[in-house]
Amino acid sequence: MKHLLSTEGIDPAAATAILDTAAGLKQSLEGREVRKLPTLRGRTVITMFYENSTRTRVSFEIAGKWMSADVVNVSSSGSSVGKGESLRDTALTLAAAGADCVIVRHPASGAAHRLATWLKHTGTSVVNAGDGMHEHPTQALLDAATLRERLGGLDGRRVAIVGDVLHSRVARSNVHLLTALGAEVTLVAPPTLLPTGVENWPVTVSHELDAELPSQDAVMLLRVQAERMYGGPAGAGGNGHFFPSAREYSIAYGLNENRLNLLPGHAVVLHPGPMLRGMEIASTVADSPRAAITDQVRNGVHVRMAVLYHLLAHEEETA
Amino acid sequence: MAPRQRGATDPAGERELLSAGDVARTVARMAHQIIEKTALDAPSAPEVVLMGIPSRGAPLARRLAVKIREFSGVAVPTGTLDVTLYRDDLRRGPTRPLETTELPDGGVDDRLVVLVDDVLFSGRTIRAALDALRDHGRPRAVQLAVLVDRGHRELPIRADYVGKNVPTARSEEVHVLLDEFDQRDGVVLR
Repeated sequence: MKHLLSTEGIDPAAATAILDTAAGLKQSLEGREVRKLPTLRGRTVITMFYENSTRTRVSFEIAGKWMSADVVNVSSSGSSVGKGESLRDTALTLAAAGADCVIVRHPASGAAHRLATWLKHTGTSVVNAGDGMHEHPTQALLDAATLRERLGGLDGRRVAIVGDVLHSRVARSNVHLLTALGAEVTLVAPPTLLPTGVENWPVTVSHELDAELPSQDAVMLLRVQAERMYGGPAGAGGNGHFFPSAREYSIAYGLNENRLNLLPGHAVVLHPGPMLRGMEIASTVADSPRAAITDQVRNGVHVRMAVLYHLLAHEEETA
Repeated sequence: MAPRQRGATDPAGERELLSAGDVARTVARMAHQIIEKTALDAPSAPEVVLMGIPSRGAPLARRLAVKIREFSGVAVPTGTLDVTLYRDDLRRGPTRPLETTELPDGGVDDRLVVLVDDVLFSGRTIRAALDALRDHGRPRAVQLAVLVDRGHRELPIRADYVGKNVPTARSEEVHVLLDEFDQRDGVVLR
């Protein structure tokens, strides 16, 4: 593998190989005296974050460091980006400075793909750490790793993805990856928060959360992305115009304790974070043992180590 | 499968170095040597653990432990140690899948660790294993047991217990076959 840009069209065998490596890394690092592997010694990994992030950036940085890569963090403030340098020039500069891998988060959908094209002749790998409303493949991989761990596998499992699907790269990446791995995905959202063309996705669509919960093995809640809610339906009113009020959204689509009880006993609750407690998830649900939210963060490090391993620890590819 | 003459070359260009019976006898002899050299059945004995290097070192370690228990009455803990992430040749081939690392209960600290592998060749796997072991703790000492030593060392590493020394050409391949993976026991040269 040269780049990790999206989960759309991902080879299930390649995805499974990454998840197996992540599980192996987790098992091998458990209870060790030294939580550091020499595998990527002498390789340089640069994170370029053009959007705010805590967990993803930190997770990639820890992953790189635990594999002994040198990790450099570039953010849009405090770099030449603030002086007006283009994404292309910044990327070429970082590649010329010796980056073996560039991890990019950008508000524009498709930014990582463009970057991979520009860096084609440099040998630098690109990882998409979230591009606009498009994809966030490592988040989907860590969700899949967590579900595999909790449910014993994904084939034939039913997963509901609930909330702001329209603005969510997490939802897109998960739809592609989870269905590729054999899961049945149901999207649950108000019609205003579903993208056009959703009828062509390999999923079932529902507007009624209560009706879907009893048959699910897992529920993945999405953050309501107020920062992307501009230009909603005219005259709808309320914050962001996509639903009447936060309270009404929470009543219709928030996972509270009553709804948690509608789920089968083995079912898992996921949230990619950051959570809006009281909005899409009740605080008691977020802190319950049914929620795998801290497992997701923990698995995120192992999954990102695995991704770096699959991108960097093999002979040069000429593609 | 019909029994083959030792040393005979079959039509596939495969020469048998050890038969199934030879493998069993060799493992038994190595078990005796480990008991003798480590004195693991003595009252003041060091705690010995056997760490197999996947893939074929893992079942070999378990077989040695069974024999050691049979001959000395001492139950020696076993584990597996994956060295993939410590290899120095990761960038010389496609991505290698990881194997399992399982430390015995109580870990490796202050114990005598016997690394177990099927074939000793360049010594690079053992170099990686020593590095991996260091990250899991501080053994009191480390020894090495291999079923076959085929020579051609590239590092200053030698085995403490050798099942069979086999002079080989660098171009030849030595394959240890074990029931757990290959549905039969034996060592062949291809």
